[in-house]
Amino acid sequence: MSTRYVSQVLKKSLVLAGMEIRKLLHDPTELVTRAIQPILWLGIFGEALSRVRAIPTGGFTYMQFITPGILTQSVVFIAIFYGLNIIWERDMGLLQKLLVSPTPRLALVLGKMGSAGVRGLAQAVIVFLFALVLGVPLILTPGTITAVICIVMLGAGFFTGLSMIIASIVKTRERFMGIGQVITLPLFFASSAIYPITIMPPWLQAVAYLNPLSYMVDGLRSLLVTGSTAQLPFDVAVLVAVTCLISVISAFMYPKVAV
Amino acid sequence: MTDGELISVRGLTKRFGDLTAVDGISFGVKKGEVFAFLGPNGAGKSTTIKMLITLLAPTSGGATIDGLDLVRSSSEVRRRIGYVPQLISVDGTLTAYENLMLMARLYDIPSRECASRAREVLAFLELEDHAGALVRTFSGGMIRRLEIGQAIVHRPHALFLDEPTSGLDPVARQTVWQHILELRKSYGTTIFFSTHQMEEADAMSDRVAIMNTGHLAVIGTPQELKARTGKADASLEEAFIFITGTDFKEGGSFRDVRSSRRAERRRG
Repeated sequence: MSTRYVSQVLKKSLVLAGMEIRKLLHDPTELVTRAIQPILWLGIFGEALSRVRAIPTGGFTYMQFITPGILTQSVVFIAIFYGLNIIWERDMGLLQKLLVSPTPRLALVLGKMGSAGVRGLAQAVIVFLFALVLGVPLILTPGTITAVICIVMLGAGFFTGLSMIIASIVKTRERFMGIGQVITLPLFFASSAIYPITIMPPWLQAVAYLNPLSYMVDGLRSLLVTGSTAQLPFDVAVLVAVTCLISVISAFMYPKVAV
Repeated sequence: MTDGELISVRGLTKRFGDLTAVDGISFGVKKGEVFAFLGPNGAGKSTTIKMLITLLAPTSGGATIDGLDLVRSSSEVRRRIGYVPQLISVDGTLTAYENLMLMARLYDIPSRECASRAREVLAFLELEDHAGALVRTFSGGMIRRLEIGQAIVHRPHALFLDEPTSGLDPVARQTVWQHILELRKSYGTTIFFSTHQMEEADAMSDRVAIMNTGHLAVIGTPQELKARTGKADASLEEAFIFITGTDFKEGGSFRDVRSSRRAERRRG
């Protein structure tokens, strides 16, 4: 890989992500509607389950335990349905026009990942604000916030890449919606988002350890709640590795959706 | 490459499994020429265009644009061509100006020149009054002009247009063509367009190529082709039937039909 290629990828990813952010600024209603789901999970599910006290949360309140889980879930849900976007662009003609331009395929993928990441960060702001309203203690220092931003971007990147791969295989909106619905909830339940992995049956534990979502939850939880960050480098390493891998696969498969 | 040829196609072939969509076609397009590419659905027109714009790799044979091989020098070729797809290729949720800036940046126009280039294109297409408006508020003809604008910010040597006037009303059709021809006049851009309409090809192009079932059935100036029928007032369509001895074979897949109808519906 030449330096020229790397600088092209970086420059064009930023250009594409920047345009996606402009779109969001032209019409921010999307951010408002997306805020509803995490608020329901925290405000209703979280508050209700807090009263059960049956889930071992390692000395922290259940609300503290699930806040990083709900943040993860809302970021992942945005990212997983981002593939719809490329099917939409294909059905228009925008994708063909981008593919004909001298833009590295990897930049097209990273641009989408970046813009899903920015939407994910908007979710993080909402979740944090709502958690503050509910009086959930979180460790929010400049250091943890910076690390949270990185993890949210990585997690959003991975699931956006995954969704672009699915989109390039199924190719139609209808089929994509079906598959999106089928995989999101299992991903969520087979992770440590709303209960610890230790209470799962062994087979599900195995699935949870293979699920990148678990590493995202784990990283966020160690930063925001427990403060014990011994596992953090491993969580981040897993996320970096799977995101790099999926970017490359996605850059290879994504152009196939156009022809 | 023959002298004065910008696009040289030699034995271009594309097979999808057992189906030979494009069967060893060869032709050239001269610099500054307006070249019409005709044929019924399923004739291999779109496949040929997709290969020429580097979206699809040929099975065998090839082509050069500006002397550059499509496959070996694809990224250099991309910098020299512009492409206007049949479907809508501008982003309705961005403004006209932003749509142009996006393309200017993707084509590596130096950042201090991007804005002036976008303004120049807006002025050229007479869209400067709508620069800041979201594109979803545009009419079909304005969208088409902006799409052409996106494809010319980097001043390509060749502009490929896939059915540039499908779904447009006669007035919009005329303004779109006026701008396309102006582009050739001002910048010497070679225009390569596909169309279903014989009259459009006849009126606008210097030369016409007609594809049928993967082969190049006819190529020549509209006058030449019409003269071959021996009738003084022959239409291009009559010429085609006379020369090939066949009518257009009906073709096209469900997907082609669906996407072209959808495009027309969106343009209103």
